Amino acid sequence: MIPPAFDYTRPATVDEAVRALADAGDEGKVLAGGQSLLPLLRLRLAFPELVVDVGRIPGLRGVREVGDSLTIGALTTHHEVIRDPLVRRYAGLLAAATATVADPAVRHRGTLGGSLAHADPAGDLPAVMLALDGELVAVGPRGRRTIPAREFFVDYLQSALTADELLVEVRIPKADGWGFHYEKFQRVAQAWAIVGVAALVRRDNGHIAEARVGLTNMGSTPLRASAAEAALSGAGDPDAVARAAQEAAEGTRPAQDTSASPEYRAHLARVLTKRAVLTAAGMG
Amino acid sequence: MSGTVEREVGRPRLRKEDARLITGQTNWTDNISVNGLLHVAILRSPMAHSRLDRVDVSAALDRPGVVAAFSGADLAEGLGSLPCAWPVTEDIVLPDHPPIAVDEVRYAGDPVAVVVARDRYAAADALEAIEVDYTPLPPVLDLEAALAEGAPLVHSDKGTNRCYDWPLKTGEDFDSVRECAEVTLKRRYHQQRLIPNAMEPRAVVVTPLAASGEYTVYSATQIPHILRVMLSVVTGVPEHKLRVVAPDVGGGFGSKLQVYGEEAIALTLARRLGRPVKWTESRSEGYLATHHGRGMIQDVEIAANRDGKLLGLKVDLLADMGAYLMLVTPGIPILGAFMYPAIYKMDSYDFTCTGVFTTRTPTDAYRGAGRPEATYAIERIMDDLAAELDLDPVELRHRNWIGHEDFPYTSIAGLTYDSGNYEAATEKALALFGYDKLRAEQADRNERGDAVRLGIGVSTYTEMCGLAPSRVLRDLRYAAGGWEAATIRMLPTGKVEVVTGTSPHGQGHVTCWSQIAADVLGVPFEDVEVVHGDTMAAPQGMDTYGSRSLVVGGSAVHHAALKVVEKARKVAAHLLEASEHDLEFTDGVFSVKGSPDARKTIQEVAFETFSSHDLPDGMAPTINAEYLVDPDNFSYPHGTHLCAVEVDTETGRTRIRSYVCVDDVGRVVNPAIVEGQVHGGLAQGIAQALFEEAVYDEEGNLLSGTMADYLVPSAADLPDFVTDRTETPSSTNPLGVKGVGEAGTIASTPAAVNAVVDALRPLGVRDVRMPCTPERVWQTLREAAR
Repeated sequence: MIPPAFDYTRPATVDEAVRALADAGDEGKVLAGGQSLLPLLRLRLAFPELVVDVGRIPGLRGVREVGDSLTIGALTTHHEVIRDPLVRRYAGLLAAATATVADPAVRHRGTLGGSLAHADPAGDLPAVMLALDGELVAVGPRGRRTIPAREFFVDYLQSALTADELLVEVRIPKADGWGFHYEKFQRVAQAWAIVGVAALVRRDNGHIAEARVGLTNMGSTPLRASAAEAALSGAGDPDAVARAAQEAAEGTRPAQDTSASPEYRAHLARVLTKRAVLTAAGMG
Repeated sequence: MSGTVEREVGRPRLRKEDARLITGQTNWTDNISVNGLLHVAILRSPMAHSRLDRVDVSAALDRPGVVAAFSGADLAEGLGSLPCAWPVTEDIVLPDHPPIAVDEVRYAGDPVAVVVARDRYAAADALEAIEVDYTPLPPVLDLEAALAEGAPLVHSDKGTNRCYDWPLKTGEDFDSVRECAEVTLKRRYHQQRLIPNAMEPRAVVVTPLAASGEYTVYSATQIPHILRVMLSVVTGVPEHKLRVVAPDVGGGFGSKLQVYGEEAIALTLARRLGRPVKWTESRSEGYLATHHGRGMIQDVEIAANRDGKLLGLKVDLLADMGAYLMLVTPGIPILGAFMYPAIYKMDSYDFTCTGVFTTRTPTDAYRGAGRPEATYAIERIMDDLAAELDLDPVELRHRNWIGHEDFPYTSIAGLTYDSGNYEAATEKALALFGYDKLRAEQADRNERGDAVRLGIGVSTYTEMCGLAPSRVLRDLRYAAGGWEAATIRMLPTGKVEVVTGTSPHGQGHVTCWSQIAADVLGVPFEDVEVVHGDTMAAPQGMDTYGSRSLVVGGSAVHHAALKVVEKARKVAAHLLEASEHDLEFTDGVFSVKGSPDARKTIQEVAFETFSSHDLPDGMAPTINAEYLVDPDNFSYPHGTHLCAVEVDTETGRTRIRSYVCVDDVGRVVNPAIVEGQVHGGLAQGIAQALFEEAVYDEEGNLLSGTMADYLVPSAADLPDFVTDRTETPSSTNPLGVKGVGEAGTIASTPAAVNAVVDALRPLGVRDVRMPCTPERVWQTLREAAR
């Protein structure tokens, strides 16, 4: 559990961080809370030449209300997200899902931006960001750009960020009035999800007017269960929800690993989508 | 001893150890640092089975900070084969086991080369510069295939993968019993491989004194005394020049009941280089290189009458030895061999175990060692038999168990159970559990076709604790004895040092031995200190494993304290000018019957014997005493465990709803410590039932190689345990104690799996292989529905 040798720098500003990353070319790695990077280093699965510790850059932490959105600094820890009153009020799904991340020690160090930039499809927050239709703001040598969550997760552990870009904040449209639930299925409490389902439901007259369903660990990226979402529209009772949830695994390509087969993951996606949507819609 | 001071034995004393442990003032082996310390890193085979064509360490030597690097061939001279102390049969196949592979690697993780450097980082980095040419050989993974004609061999020079066949046939011939039986059931159970996961990884530090050729070995070990003997044999360092210290040791569960290659390597390196060296494993390294547990296929057949009366039991085991025989590898299934008949009466028992070599990490003792496997098999098949006969599983057990009036009872396997009361423990457990109410709820859910089914699992157990009788160990071909030693030193100021040969690594011996000594000597609990885990300070002992420490080591402390009092009485009589027989001894005070003012405290006597100014003629100074115990039987704790689970038939997930156990571990020295042992044991046993498994791929690579993949449950995954006790004293030791270290682990695995199967039986399920993961339950349900 000894990492390979690397250089380390701790920039004081976003600009310094971007410059350090640009200088390192493809050999730099951003360190925020360290909860994903350090295990990779210690298992010698990552060999960066330079680790850029952004942990002390001021202004990248905290939650602000900006018009119809919340803006959350990339360095805001999971613990802070869970407790933040704005998040709880306008993005309850994010607070609920974040509360299931790993264990308290990880939640006190790990950051929202870090877990999104890591782009692990087994992480809980990428699928949540998809369901919330969030946006991610990055700064690079060519300036600032905003990336919709739907375009951010490119492949397994690969985001749309270029090697010289730093994720600085996350924007989430307010979703008050929507019902939500994150249904996580894991073998032990601190483990990654075998499958997770993030459900966001707007009801109208006792029927589901709109449902958004994000899937954790059902492919090389987080996914939206689009077929199920379409089928859920107009569902007015638990049976209709259950029928619609049968579509939850459409278009997914879940992995085979020691914790589950693809077949079982597809089955779980259907069961958990039913449960998540029923709870989110207050029908459970 | 019947004074006014409250007796220590039986009190839930807070542990003396804890203040230091929980405030970080600990002395783990990895914390030890000495001037000039060098760090060792080990290159391990990435393949399960391969020829080593070339191991070239020269490039590693050029790396910064590297002091030395060696291949297996470089170190072969002066580094003998690692020992197996339990060759269970005369014709056992005993392969050579070099601490570093020389020409062939036989499991993923087998050491190939070592680097010694000025710091850990340099040592780890330099491993990447070592060049090795491997020629892959076929892995040997499946126990049955390994025994087939023409199977690839783990040790080609031995001509077979069959390590040994060990039979035990007692009572009537099973074949004739089977013919007469009204019912027979045959089942196959799988004991998956488990990784012990002590909280503290292994570590070893060796400091040499070059001029005198003396070495001190600090090791995270359960067995400093045995290690000293064995390291001397393996390395050739004379035993009297070796001191072995087990500093604070953070758990073992059997995994540190071992003589590891790394310990021998570190000693050899310190000797060659004349410098102190340290090696500490990482968690993932330990997953490969620290021995594993369980790993068996059990074919079990039971014969009974339709009224449930058991007639006989047949057990055929295939036991996975792994690649090599380590300290007690072959003996683990044999410790279980005697326990399959468990608490039941029967007329016939037919047992065979076949040890099989595979290209996996060697197996050896893991909490319970053979006894959990035995209990699992009998308790699983008892539940199946109950279902077959349409009897309540508790009732079936009741009809067959040994009655409390039958003790001492010689089981069909030939063990003499000292004492027990299965009726009392079971009755108490049923009441605490609310058995009838849960059965009613279960019936209701089944009737409604509820998607969440309720299952109730029953497990009784007994086990043999307190290893112990040296003559029995001889008969089992175990190389060492099972005695234990204690010395009590009465210090001039009246304080007490207890020196024990047991070697605690979390059990709380310091607290419990203080309680035992305080009672006998009549001194305050706080005035007793316990010295252990250092062959220089506590030179005699057989160490800690197999729930033996209290039964054997605690008894030695008790006897030694009595011996102190016996001599102190003579001195007190002399000082008080009274007859010994006229002295009373209460709460640490000798007084003359009828003249209460004529008194001497044991502390005063201790000082008098220290000065030795006025001792009876011919008496030697001091009242210190040593006592060695070798009990003539094991002790047999028992208990009844009940587990209720809810199984979600949609996802396959099992949730434990309630768990009740009533254990009878004989007299209890410290109820808080006993409860802690039971809780930990339950967690570990349930972990086998539901969570943990060492998973390999087809090439023999360990897939569950980190704690992210090998799922150790935490408190969040476990229910609140309801634990209670009955107390039937053991008759094999003066304290009446029976041992509790493994109890929870033994009974909880079958209790949990029985509960899962009980929940799913109405859906056509007869067995779920361990661990009962959600996916496995789901697959089993799908197959049952077909």
